[in-house]
Amino acid sequence: MGEQRPIRVLIAKPGLDGHDRGVKVLALGLRDAGMEVIYCGLRQTPDEIVRTALQEGVDVIGLSSLSGGHNHYFPRVADLATQEGGEGFLIIGGGIIPEEDIPYLTQHGIKAIFGPGTPIKEIADFIRSHVKRK
Amino acid sequence: MVTKKTLSRIRKAREAWEKGVLEGALVKSPEREMFSEFPKKRLYTPEDLADVDYLRDIGFPGDYPYLRGIHPSMYRSRLWGMAEYSGFGLPEDTNRRWKYLLQQGQTGVSLACDLPTQLGYDPDHPKAESEVGVVGVSCPSIREVELLFDGIRMDKTTIRGSTNHPHMVLWAMIIAVAEKQGVPPGKLGGTVHWDCLNEYLGRGAYIFPPEGAMRLALDFLEYGLKNIPKLSYMVNAYTIRESGATLVQEGAYAIGAAIAYIDATLGRGIDPDEFVPRLSFNLAIHMDLFEEVAKFRALRRLWARIMKERFRARNPATLHFRFGPGTGGSTFTAQEPENNIARATVESLAAILGGATYLHTASYDEALAIPTEKAVTIALKTQMILAYESGITETVDPLAGSYYVEALTNHIETKISDYLREIEARGGMIEAINSGWFQSEIARAAYQKQREIEEGKRIIVGVNKFVSDEKSRFHIHRPDPGVAEEMKRRVRKIREEREDLKVREILSGLTRAAQKKENLVPAVLDAVKAGATMGEICSVFREVFGEYRGPAF
Repeated sequence: MGEQRPIRVLIAKPGLDGHDRGVKVLALGLRDAGMEVIYCGLRQTPDEIVRTALQEGVDVIGLSSLSGGHNHYFPRVADLATQEGGEGFLIIGGGIIPEEDIPYLTQHGIKAIFGPGTPIKEIADFIRSHVKRK
Repeated sequence: MVTKKTLSRIRKAREAWEKGVLEGALVKSPEREMFSEFPKKRLYTPEDLADVDYLRDIGFPGDYPYLRGIHPSMYRSRLWGMAEYSGFGLPEDTNRRWKYLLQQGQTGVSLACDLPTQLGYDPDHPKAESEVGVVGVSCPSIREVELLFDGIRMDKTTIRGSTNHPHMVLWAMIIAVAEKQGVPPGKLGGTVHWDCLNEYLGRGAYIFPPEGAMRLALDFLEYGLKNIPKLSYMVNAYTIRESGATLVQEGAYAIGAAIAYIDATLGRGIDPDEFVPRLSFNLAIHMDLFEEVAKFRALRRLWARIMKERFRARNPATLHFRFGPGTGGSTFTAQEPENNIARATVESLAAILGGATYLHTASYDEALAIPTEKAVTIALKTQMILAYESGITETVDPLAGSYYVEALTNHIETKISDYLREIEARGGMIEAINSGWFQSEIARAAYQKQREIEEGKRIIVGVNKFVSDEKSRFHIHRPDPGVAEEMKRRVRKIREEREDLKVREILSGLTRAAQKKENLVPAVLDAVKAGATMGEICSVFREVFGEYRGPAF
């Protein structure tokens, strides 16, 4: 096997939620796991997130929401990402997301949801085994 | 605290005890591995307090250096204030919850606004989409504040609002509604979420760059000191800790930010002896009981020393470190949420043993959403049980003199003091934020903590140890989707019904005032009275002050 470039991950917070402790911790953790991580800051619209994902040529988009905006924003990002960039992105989500909302999100393009207390290793392993490199 | 001769006898006796008693015992039962932010010794003795001078370093409550409390008789005379954070749905729903809590014995109301309100967007703004009425109540105009306080005597209830950068607008609405109730501003009391700097480090609910945000805060302060003497201004280190900062970083933020504000008020000719007595501190309480108690005590002494030595305070109230902490939302777990009731009890206990003036006990379901009524009631009753059943209020500063607590207090005071010097060396709090240094320090601390949890060093019951198989079933507060539609309708109605020309004139007046150095409160008061909305007023400020974007991470 030849040398592969590192997996590139975009971490984004759609909507107005300002809780970014989790995403910053995850960014540092995934960097330690050998990935390249871009965190695009607070209050991004789905449009801005997908644009950054395309510009940066990422493989993974990680979305976080702790204030109840997930059902609204996550599917929008997934739809736009598919429209603009095809099926190539692995999209995952996290934050405070009630159990009963997960089926809806997974049916709308979010590959997995990671709740509070998920070890970073579990997320890194999931990304490695599901990522489609371009 | 004891003579040299006694100390030397104690040292000899300790050495003999270590050889004769301890060593053998450790062979039979070796010690477990310990883990915490500060390494602790096995045992503390008078040797650890050899340098402590009781009168100089500990003293008496209500007297310098205030280690033992800011009031001479503490809770024997007056208990701490109890309040729960609430705000959800339509303003009339929040109004009902408030009335319920006031009947239960709560002494003030604490207004949680939704994110669009906190960020200065009206409910019909495209960015507000899907977030109206979700994490709090939507409050775009004076009409909502009227509904919130319907049937509540505003001069008899302390008011606390969670809206930070646009606090001036929210408080203008509160002042205007109070006037309608016949309550002059001078009779209002409460706490302003005033600490614009914490948003860049903690909660992320910033709108303006530090310069503009400081301008608004200082304008409101100037107005408040003259017209609402009972108002206090909150420095919020709680959000810093909750973002993953260490206890030391939290303490250093509290004092460092306060110093930045005092320096700024000095620039406006405000006397610290007039302003500082109105400052209060919101801090977090985490699970290490003694560290937290020591932190509160250390901050109280360090604050008094800094105010006296650096700012030459003459008013004793300037030396008082008043704090109203909250149980740490991040110590609460989404797993097995009922366990959080036990955590809330330990943390509330720490606050009281530490001498809090005011206490917010979070509801056990806070890790998940806005609390249910049952959960809020349990939180309030937890405080009441501590206040009326536990006996801890019967004597002032009950842990003073404990070799352990005093040694830990000294240690934490030194650490916070060192960290403050580091901030000063980087040009002060505002510069430490502008450069992104403090943000990255906090993120690193958060990451460190996460690794300690994942490696099993830091134990969280129900999360990384003693995990039960059964899934907790609980009810979480679900925002009603009809609320957003109704709020959009209401804000449009206000715009239709008001005298639009007058509002436009007032808003252009506000723009001119913002461009100059005029105090903005009178213009904002006129604007809200005429029916201008939160979103409209904040867009004037956005235009003049610009919008903040965080540093790259």
